[in-house]
Amino acid sequence: MKLSKKYISYLWWAIALALFIAMPSLVSDSRLKILGKCLSLGIVALGIDLSWGFTGLLSLGQGIFFSLGGYAIAMFLQLNSLKEGIPEFFGLYGVRELPFFWEPFKSPLFTLIAIWLIPGLIAGLIGYLVFRNRIKGVYFSILTQAALLVFFNFFNGQQKLINGTNGLPTPNTILFGTMVGDPLIQKYFYYLSGILVILFYLFSKWLVSKRFGSILIGIRDDEPRIRFSGYNPVLFKTLIFAFAGCLAGISGALFTVQADLISPQYMRVPFSIEMVIWVAVGGRGTLLGAILGAFFIRLGESFVQGLIPGGWIFIQGGLFILVVTILPEGVIGWINNGGPRNLLTRFGVKRFIATYPSLEANKKEGI
Amino acid sequence: MDLFFDIIFEGISIGSVLLIAALGLAIVFGLMGVINLAHGELIMVGSYSTFVTQLLFKQPFLKPFYGSYIIVSIFIAFIFSACVGILLERLIIRKLYGNPLETLLATWGVSLLLQQFVRGVPLAVGPGIIITFISGISIKNLLKDKFLNFAYKKYIDLSIWAFSVTLGILSTNFIASNISRLSRADSRNVDVTAPKWMRGPIDIFGETYPKTRLWIIFITLISVVAVLIFLNLSEWGLRIRAVTQNRSMSECLGLSSKKVDTLTFAIGSGLAGVAGVAVSLLGSVGPNVGQNYIVPCFMVVVLGGVGNLLGTVLASFGIGIMTDLIGAGRLMTIWPNMPESLANIVNFFATTSMARVMIFTLIIIFLQFKPSGLFPQKGRMVES
Amino acid sequence: MVKEFILNLKDVSVSFEGFLALNNLNLKLTKGELRAVIGPNGAGKTTFLDVITGKVKPTKGDVFFKGKSLVGKKEHKIARIGVGRKFQSPRVFENLSVQENLEISVSQYSSTIKLIANKPSENKLEEVNKLMKIVNLSSKSEIKAGSLSHGQKQWLEIAMLLGQKPSLMLIDEPVAGLTDEETELTADLLKSLSGENTVLVIDHDMEFIRRLESNVTVLNQGSVLCEGSMDKIQSDPKVIEVYLGKQEDL
Repeated sequence: MKLSKKYISYLWWAIALALFIAMPSLVSDSRLKILGKCLSLGIVALGIDLSWGFTGLLSLGQGIFFSLGGYAIAMFLQLNSLKEGIPEFFGLYGVRELPFFWEPFKSPLFTLIAIWLIPGLIAGLIGYLVFRNRIKGVYFSILTQAALLVFFNFFNGQQKLINGTNGLPTPNTILFGTMVGDPLIQKYFYYLSGILVILFYLFSKWLVSKRFGSILIGIRDDEPRIRFSGYNPVLFKTLIFAFAGCLAGISGALFTVQADLISPQYMRVPFSIEMVIWVAVGGRGTLLGAILGAFFIRLGESFVQGLIPGGWIFIQGGLFILVVTILPEGVIGWINNGGPRNLLTRFGVKRFIATYPSLEANKKEGI
Repeated sequence: MDLFFDIIFEGISIGSVLLIAALGLAIVFGLMGVINLAHGELIMVGSYSTFVTQLLFKQPFLKPFYGSYIIVSIFIAFIFSACVGILLERLIIRKLYGNPLETLLATWGVSLLLQQFVRGVPLAVGPGIIITFISGISIKNLLKDKFLNFAYKKYIDLSIWAFSVTLGILSTNFIASNISRLSRADSRNVDVTAPKWMRGPIDIFGETYPKTRLWIIFITLISVVAVLIFLNLSEWGLRIRAVTQNRSMSECLGLSSKKVDTLTFAIGSGLAGVAGVAVSLLGSVGPNVGQNYIVPCFMVVVLGGVGNLLGTVLASFGIGIMTDLIGAGRLMTIWPNMPESLANIVNFFATTSMARVMIFTLIIIFLQFKPSGLFPQKGRMVES
Repeated sequence: MVKEFILNLKDVSVSFEGFLALNNLNLKLTKGELRAVIGPNGAGKTTFLDVITGKVKPTKGDVFFKGKSLVGKKEHKIARIGVGRKFQSPRVFENLSVQENLEISVSQYSSTIKLIANKPSENKLEEVNKLMKIVNLSSKSEIKAGSLSHGQKQWLEIAMLLGQKPSLMLIDEPVAGLTDEETELTADLLKSLSGENTVLVIDHDMEFIRRLESNVTVLNQGSVLCEGSMDKIQSDPKVIEVYLGKQEDL
């Protein structure tokens, strides 16, 4: 029984993998782009699941780290596609010289590191300051939201430094001598997103299977008890939140190159809360649920938006309410806890016990 | 000296908008511990009900009283937002007491629904729903003792609601047929114009102040005083304080904590409605208006110290004055000869959005030193 | 030989907004001692533990552990220098298995890198197995602690405490909600622990305290009322008045 269950899960993985590889030849370029974006969002959702699902830290400010990653790659691309001078938009505001913090982004190596390191460091700093004071639960959520607003207002207000509201577009920039908006490059980004989301999934899974993971769950369930066991929760919380920040940065960078633009709109309050709902619907504390939640909800969103503009917000609002009141463990959590079976039983389908068919028969006689 | 008064007035003026917006939250979040992210949308409901009231008073039969519409709309906004609040509490929040993070997510969902409702549904439907709700509940309460105890309770219930729904539909119809602006869904912003006696400048001690701002300060003042009187002097206020301090003990004493919860939440929501009136006087109002207020409101309550009204008052005026000092570049006026490097920094933050950046950063830094805000709650129970 | 005090509370007072939870409390524990602390409700027993473990800062006075002051130290630091605590109601990590709970308790000195990358070492796993045997939970190692019975949780928490290898164990009501048999076993376990470790037990259960055959300290209104053997305590008129007297009334 256990073996067959394992095979079924392998089968699922094989199907998913085959679909993933074959997808570029099955759908149009623009559809593929949507799929790639949805995959890349799975990475930020993984981070949220690690920090919220496992450690109990509900951040409503992941948009900060997500956008920082996006800005990092966009700044590099802007500079990379220049023959000389500075990016065009600066001319609009009368800026002649490249602002100092743009300089290092001329280097591809620096950018590759900055994409995850800068968001990670900032997340670590914000986290450390908050956790040090034992601010937790909703207060942490509210503070991360305030931090989000700080970053939003900053990026939104600074035309001369970072092109303000308009953001930085990427499709006409050049990478490896090709336009980033080119379908071929976009195909690579699609594959890259998929591969990274799988790698990070496996890594996160490995991470929580160790004692470190047990301690994270311990912090979520009873932080003082962890302290009296001789561990410093501040350290663990900061580490995991910084890691979630790194994941958000990578996700943001991948998303940006496929969404053609990074702008302060990704630092708006609703987007960061939306990320949380992906994890909540998928199933917090399951990791796989976070990825699937992000992927399918975003996919559903782009589908519904095409049909009825504005209708998605109704659905999204409903999802928030439904998932916390009816399905608190999320879809994957529900399946893991035997939800579908219970549902079938409720509808009168007999519970099928594979290991002991005789028991089933006995029961019938008994009734 | 003029400058000083300017700063104080501007600061209090900005602060009082914050205060009136945060006052309801101080009750709902501060006293009950409920994280209501739909608070901003309750403010929006207040603004939109002001708008609807204004249009109603432009009708021929109410035209003579047009000047007083803003006063009426304060009560209407209070009632409308309170009703939405009661529905929200009864249907969703009640199930989630003790799960603040879940409450946060669910109320965010509600806020999205409310925003989309205003965008996608004719405004005339709103009053219809509220009227249905009020009539249903009040008729039921009136009849409760006399008629509802016999066998046909179900049918009486049903007929009461049928009647209320009809009433609601009729009033929706009435509003929609008389005011065309309310009969179609419209996602554009709406404008509320203050009646004449509230507009224009006024001279006080040789200084001119805009009347509207003064009225907002006045409304805020009245609301704060009313809340203080209600919480500290009335019997219900005592009950609310009892339940918020020790729920199980209060239930043992025979207080229905459910009723108290609903009432407290209704009052907090109603105050958000009053805030909506004030907000609508400041400029045009759209479905997103609540979003601008929700985070600052939470910051005010956290900064002041959760559960402390005085803290909320001080925090909002503090933030108001800081906003004016930083955002309007007053520091330059106060100290014109400051060194250039400092002046550059001051100038950098001298816009509304950059002032926000500065102030939120300052608040976060402040909370490093006093994590529980200006007036922390003390005692044994805090840790748990 | 000069007696070595492992724990020494000097004039400790704690006030919560004017309410004195502890009032000039003085208490000394020699190394290897088993000590029982009793006292009526509100005597400050739990606050007393909170002060030692760093959860509450004393308003006045000082706490010395092995000659060093504990005041101002963070909880996890105090735990690391050898003060272990078992809580009143069992606090185990309900979503972790018995094995994982114990792994956490034996790994407090492991570096963070090891916690992330490595499985527990052979020694540690052996230790975990030993602990599970002591408290009879070997057969339940994979079961989530949340689904254990109340008594099993109490014992798991005691095992977790042992896993920390503290030189001073503070045990708050270890037998609340246990059956008589379990109570006896717990008393024997605690007795066997003393000598090598210093153990301080807080409880209400007189039979259990008597079984410990240790010195007893009676707390009342935040300070020590009297100290001595169980027989001496029970004949002390002051104690009878504030504590045992009440029981006799019942």
